[in-house]
Amino acid sequence: MTGGGVVRPYGDTTGDGMVQVSFTLPVPHDKRAEGAAVQLANRMGIDPALLVHAKPIGDGFTFFVVYGRVNHLVDLSAVRVVERDFPLLSAKEVNAVVKRRLRRKLSVVGACIGTDAHTVGIDAILNVKGIAGEKGLEYYRELSVTNLGAQVSVPELVEAARVARADAVLVSQVVTQRDAHLHNTREMSAAFREALPAARRPLLIVGGPRFDESQAAELGVDRIFGRGTTPGEVASYLVHALITGGRARVA
Amino acid sequence: MTGKLDLDPVLVARARELARRAGRPVVELARGHTTVSVERAVLRLAGVTGADPDGIPWVNRLVDAVVADVGLGHGVALPVFDALAREQVTDVTLLAQQAAAGSVRFQVPSGRAATVARRAAGRAVAAGVRRIDRRRAERDRLVRRFGDPAQRPWIYLIVATGDIYEDIPQAQAAARAGADVIAVIRSTGQSLLDYVPEGATREGFAGTYATQENFRLMRAALDESSKELGRYVRLTNYASGLCMPEMATLAGLERLDMMLNDSMYGILFRDINPVRTFVDQRFSRQVHARAGIVINTGEDNYLTTADAVDEAHTVTVSQLLNEYFAHEAGLADWQLGLGHAFEINPEVPESLRLELAHALLARELFPDAPLKWMPPTKHMTGDVFRGNLLDGFFNLVGTMTGQGILLVGMMTEAVVTPWLSDRDIALQNVRYVLGAAGGLHEDFVPAAGGFIQQRANRVLAEAVALLERIGEQSLLTAIAEGTFGIMKRPADRGKGLDGVARHEVGYFNPATEILEQPRPEEARP
Repeated sequence: MTGGGVVRPYGDTTGDGMVQVSFTLPVPHDKRAEGAAVQLANRMGIDPALLVHAKPIGDGFTFFVVYGRVNHLVDLSAVRVVERDFPLLSAKEVNAVVKRRLRRKLSVVGACIGTDAHTVGIDAILNVKGIAGEKGLEYYRELSVTNLGAQVSVPELVEAARVARADAVLVSQVVTQRDAHLHNTREMSAAFREALPAARRPLLIVGGPRFDESQAAELGVDRIFGRGTTPGEVASYLVHALITGGRARVA
Repeated sequence: MTGKLDLDPVLVARARELARRAGRPVVELARGHTTVSVERAVLRLAGVTGADPDGIPWVNRLVDAVVADVGLGHGVALPVFDALAREQVTDVTLLAQQAAAGSVRFQVPSGRAATVARRAAGRAVAAGVRRIDRRRAERDRLVRRFGDPAQRPWIYLIVATGDIYEDIPQAQAAARAGADVIAVIRSTGQSLLDYVPEGATREGFAGTYATQENFRLMRAALDESSKELGRYVRLTNYASGLCMPEMATLAGLERLDMMLNDSMYGILFRDINPVRTFVDQRFSRQVHARAGIVINTGEDNYLTTADAVDEAHTVTVSQLLNEYFAHEAGLADWQLGLGHAFEINPEVPESLRLELAHALLARELFPDAPLKWMPPTKHMTGDVFRGNLLDGFFNLVGTMTGQGILLVGMMTEAVVTPWLSDRDIALQNVRYVLGAAGGLHEDFVPAAGGFIQQRANRVLAEAVALLERIGEQSLLTAIAEGTFGIMKRPADRGKGLDGVARHEVGYFNPATEILEQPRPEEARP
């Protein structure tokens, strides 16, 4: 490792800074195209850039693979990420805390909102089946789960949350064309703010592969979960945010 | 290709008989109901075109107007053609415009007026069906002229930019790069629109709206490509969702070649009302049969929500049901692109042998169907290098088991909508495997009593057991209880239920009458 928390990419020798990138340029394959690819790699900080593969694809496009030494450094002490700020609990522990402290079932309402029909995310978290060998929230005895499925409108979601007396609302957004996931999330959080006083507003959680986890405040939600989130993490967060973490919503 | 698995012919026959028994009540249900979309499809065949200034098609306005006056249960053909005669209007689209303005009253005619309306409606709809017939003959001619792809499986590739004018060059480039079938993915959410958008469209979400004009533009572009490449490039879209019958009709009118058309997908994955789906599905399949369109069924979807090993038999059951519903609607075996998928978790020991067993089972159960082989999606993680390897194994299983249509898997599945380079790498993968192992199916004979034979027979036995359980209750109950793909879908819930009506006495649908007439043996393309 480079000292002082400063790192550069690792190829096969510490400090060699080697990276591999691939990209397409909208030019036919010739010497000039290859030169253009090298120049682009240089601009990305790769120098020397080793063009290892160039192949014409389609009409007037060339695909390149470039290896090379990148001259950028990363200072680990300056990296800001959302670390998990709650303890990870097993399903049994989650059930036990809910039962003992909440003394009723914790109500969760989930949906894909807008035109997004990809239920894979919300189903992975909610369906008993779960994901990666971890059971979904429906499996938790002390959670009462309402999965509204896909293409739920925001007013429908607010109403369903009201009816189910939701402690938490989980929204999944997969489609990101034209930033649909961001627009939909803002619309959703605004609707909840409008419909319910702060004390009765459920915890708002969105998840999806393309969210930036640090954007929660900006989007008006309590938490964002990104790629690779498991049901256990969500359940643990629910317990932390609603019961053990001090945010008094139990009432 | 038959006899590699040593399947028990008695058990296979039993499976088909059970599928027929499970499907029969659903067909009876479909025969006794109509839907707004079936009736709109009838009007499209009768020549109603275009949309109002808000983009709502005139067929919707006309059906809504008829329903407001006399309800849906008589069908719209009689009330519409009766009004046409009474109002002395010559054009049905014009009548739709007047009806939308509120200046036409509809009634269910009787006596001589009914006879006149019935005859006029029959003539108008027959003209629409003849247009579909002409498009089918045109396809046959073009396939003879340009030829079919040199190899099986046919290579099926997806384009989806949202903009039809961007899709066209991409589709043509894909055809040049080796695609035999182009599918234009629909905009997310179109399946839940209760109308078909009009005109050429340039904006969509993760896909391009299916419209008659988009169909026409893309088919014309692929005709150019077919000519250039010396092979007929096929075009696919979706007859699914709330407008399934209309999509099928528009596909027939614009010479699309394949349509995704599953008997249960809409129910399970879009929460569309089961009765609505089965009624729409039957009509759409009758149109596909007439139009010479190959349907693609959606069994791959079950495996994306359920475990691909534990639930393998639900795929077989769905294939058998899809086959029954398809045959009942008049589709021939060569039109049945029954689906299945390579979705077993790669961490499962012997996953490749399990995939081979499942794929070969489908092949042997449906020897004359051009099976649609779908690539891994569920276990594509964003590790594009591993993804490319998985796709290679997927291609290998496809060629070793003689699949008919191979949907090209993308290593960037679950990452981005495919880039130009992703598609090129994916096609290179397919070409390598088909080039290196295209004839391997001749040598691939699983050992007698070995792992693959045992697994295939076990899945078949589980499918029969499930069909027996369904037989004891009914298909609708099974769907309500979550037998397929985990979702529970009761028959009295779901989207589009308010567009379903039981036939009244004297229900008349000239399209169904024509489509259900026995036809002389169709030429096989």
